[in-house]
Amino acid sequence: MEHTHTGVVHDEHGHDASTKGIWKTFWILLAITIFEVGLAFSYLEWHWMPRLFLNSIFVALTILKAFFIVAEFMHLRNEIRNLIMTILIPLMLFVWFIIAFLADGDSWKNMRKDLAPGKPAPAAMHVNTEEAHH
Amino acid sequence: MDTAVTAQKKWWSGGHSPFNVSYGKLMMWYFLMSDAFTFGALLISYGTIRFMSTSWPDPNEVFHSFPFVSHTAHLPLVFVSLMTFILIMSSVTMVLAVHAGHMRDRKAVAKWMVWTIIGGIAFLSCQAWEWTHLHELGAWWGHNPFANEDGTIASTNFTNFFFTITGFHGLHVTSGVVLNIVILANVLKGTYDDRGHYEMVEKVGLYWHFVDLVWVFVFTCFYLL
Repeated sequence: MEHTHTGVVHDEHGHDASTKGIWKTFWILLAITIFEVGLAFSYLEWHWMPRLFLNSIFVALTILKAFFIVAEFMHLRNEIRNLIMTILIPLMLFVWFIIAFLADGDSWKNMRKDLAPGKPAPAAMHVNTEEAHH
Repeated sequence: MDTAVTAQKKWWSGGHSPFNVSYGKLMMWYFLMSDAFTFGALLISYGTIRFMSTSWPDPNEVFHSFPFVSHTAHLPLVFVSLMTFILIMSSVTMVLAVHAGHMRDRKAVAKWMVWTIIGGIAFLSCQAWEWTHLHELGAWWGHNPFANEDGTIASTNFTNFFFTITGFHGLHVTSGVVLNIVILANVLKGTYDDRGHYEMVEKVGLYWHFVDLVWVFVFTCFYLL
């Protein structure tokens, strides 16, 4: 086992510091996850905030977790800028993907609701709801 | 590899990697980027279909079981939180293996790789249990026993997406475990000591963290939202 310790001695300091960083990242990720689950449970129990607001928090926290995994665990923050950019810039396509596709799904739903078989044509629908009030 | 970055350095004049990483590591990054698009496409199509549906099964009603606990117990999120914890934990042991690799500490690399493999297998076992449990309830591709939140009969979109996406992720975890075992064998043989560096551990580590990263999104999309 003599040779297994080569290179360890002079790195002793850096060893401590970065192991600490790793565990710090772990605790952050764990805390975020516990917070998310706690939030989900409190919502199930009391329904104390709008669902859309809750979902926005979940998405924001997910992106935060993704940032910590990529930056710390995958060491992307220590790579040079050009490498970071070639990886992150193409991923920006997701911004468009998400907005376009979810909006498409939403309009598809509205069309299916409004144009379902048996439903009156959109022009007549206004009259229909008026009648329902009487 | 030189890590001293000076302002005068001409990165693109040749003689060294302009990105200051080896070819293999750069290609692993680009592979992961392309894989991110694959998972992104799957999750976005799931989102599109969910936005398109007038109602959708409530995940807290579907995923509420825990192994060895009565089926009537209502424990939403508990099991999947355990799975998430296992995967984050195995990510940590992977970074510690990479870190030990920088120190050329063969014994420590082997130890942390073993823990990472155990974590991966534990995660897969959890997933196998969850799939088996859902299958027993009658859920599978093309079969959805769960009703929508508003009480109407749900389409099979829910189970189709669930099994496809968690299955694709599970496949990635499986190949990650296999790669980790291959790397562990090389570590034990002393291949990387002979080579003079443990960069293969770093490359397989990038892949392993990516699998964890995807799970973070799967967890949010299927269990929280």
